[in-house]
Amino acid sequence: MIQTKKISRFKLAVDDVHGAIELWPLWFRLGWNDILHRYRRSTLGPLWFTASMAITTVALGLVYSQVLNLPARELMPHVCIGLIVWAFINSIILEAGDLFTGAESYIRHIKLPYSIYVFRFVLSKVIIFAHDFPIAVVTLAFFRIWPGPVALYAVPGFLLLVVNGGLISISLGLVSARFRDIPRIIASLSQIIFLITPIIWMPSLLGERSYLAEANPFFHLIELVRAPLLGSAPSVRTLVVTLALTVINLLLAATLFARYRNRIAYWI
Amino acid sequence: MSTLANLSRNDETVIRLDGVSVVFPVYQAGSRSLKKRILFHGSRGNIGRDANDKVVVAALSDISLAITAGDRLALIGANGAGKTTLLRTLAGIFEPVEGEVKSRGRISPLLDINLGIDAELNGYDNIRVRAMLLGLSTAEIERRLPEIAEFTELGDYLDMPVRTYSAGMMLRLCFAVATCFEPEILLMDESILTGDARFIAKAEARIQSFIEEASVFVLASHNLELIKRWCNKGLWLDRGRIRMQGPIEAVVEEYRKFVSAR
Repeated sequence: MIQTKKISRFKLAVDDVHGAIELWPLWFRLGWNDILHRYRRSTLGPLWFTASMAITTVALGLVYSQVLNLPARELMPHVCIGLIVWAFINSIILEAGDLFTGAESYIRHIKLPYSIYVFRFVLSKVIIFAHDFPIAVVTLAFFRIWPGPVALYAVPGFLLLVVNGGLISISLGLVSARFRDIPRIIASLSQIIFLITPIIWMPSLLGERSYLAEANPFFHLIELVRAPLLGSAPSVRTLVVTLALTVINLLLAATLFARYRNRIAYWI
Repeated sequence: MSTLANLSRNDETVIRLDGVSVVFPVYQAGSRSLKKRILFHGSRGNIGRDANDKVVVAALSDISLAITAGDRLALIGANGAGKTTLLRTLAGIFEPVEGEVKSRGRISPLLDINLGIDAELNGYDNIRVRAMLLGLSTAEIERRLPEIAEFTELGDYLDMPVRTYSAGMMLRLCFAVATCFEPEILLMDESILTGDARFIAKAEARIQSFIEEASVFVLASHNLELIKRWCNKGLWLDRGRIRMQGPIEAVVEEYRKFVSAR
């Protein structure tokens, strides 16, 4: 009896995701509106994403190439792509906690597949990433760095990143709907992760202690996109770590979503 | 599982609730203070504790009912009796902790005027989003857009951001969308009815036309006159339990007696 209940719960969760995929025009529109909404009535509009990211990249790149005593040509592209990918990861883990609580006005008034809010959320983050990405291209062009065809590895790399982003959003969104402290905890952790991950510094600076970077899953997630764009395929270790992370993420999200999906309306 | 079989055999039943209970966990009210007990003692809802000694509010207890095609059901009862919760349960928003809800047909909830409303978007774009939320396809929406626009009587205002709208205008917009296709099941909370008399008359005509399409209409309301005009059946909720259900006249009469006796 318990067994059948478990299976039907899991099936309901799969149906939820499936139903949401079918409603793609809805979450496309909502995700797009989220972007428009934030910059409505501003002159630059969504280009504000691009502008602020460009300024951050240049400022950090210039200062840190001095601090770390590295040539700008070496550090700047690394910092630039690192920051752009980190901005994507960071915005997901920071804001995923509000995924369901923020959609309260929908959830309490209409029955829709809950995955819609996840898709909408991830989509808006991908759109912002697309606004930032040209900065990476400009930086590479400025330093005359041509990664070659290996850069195409960045495409599946980014897709894997998006999948992980979606999965962790489900888990974080659910847990945060129940325990409102979670987003606060993540906000304080995110600062630390940013500083201990080789984003604005090179992992090579760790010397013998390179395990400090290698043990950091965020490093590998960033490398998934950064390494190909800088001209080398992601390392085997990066692939193993990120694939393992994806599996864990999937199991976690599937378990939580199947178990607690129908509680979301009560929690928010 | 007999209910499932009944539902498929009996074509007239659109929604069936079987022993449905909805219990809300209250995470903030963790303390077991005497003060809280006394304060909550006289309230309409049922505050209790579950097996883990968590504070819970039993919003609906053991609700069984069958709604058949053509029913215009009114939910009546004091504030906090569970009317809105029952509407939300019918809409599938709250999955009951006990019992089951079976329904067939497209449900159009009209519980909140502001659902999906983006104040910065203009009227047309909001109609599109709202219609999508109610399950219309993009093609369907574009086809019905002129008709919806006409029903709102908002004219050129539809090109303006909806933050410039009055509450009444917003209602017209939302009502027009919610009812632009023949919803098989229309669930409505009275609190959204803030339009002027002329609009309410128009809305009434529209609702009347649904009933003729053999669909279901459920209204939660305190307005007994409105209920008698719009509904043919009544369900009186008291502290999350069904106190009485039956023909609207009888239920309203009993309810009136009860209210004036207190």
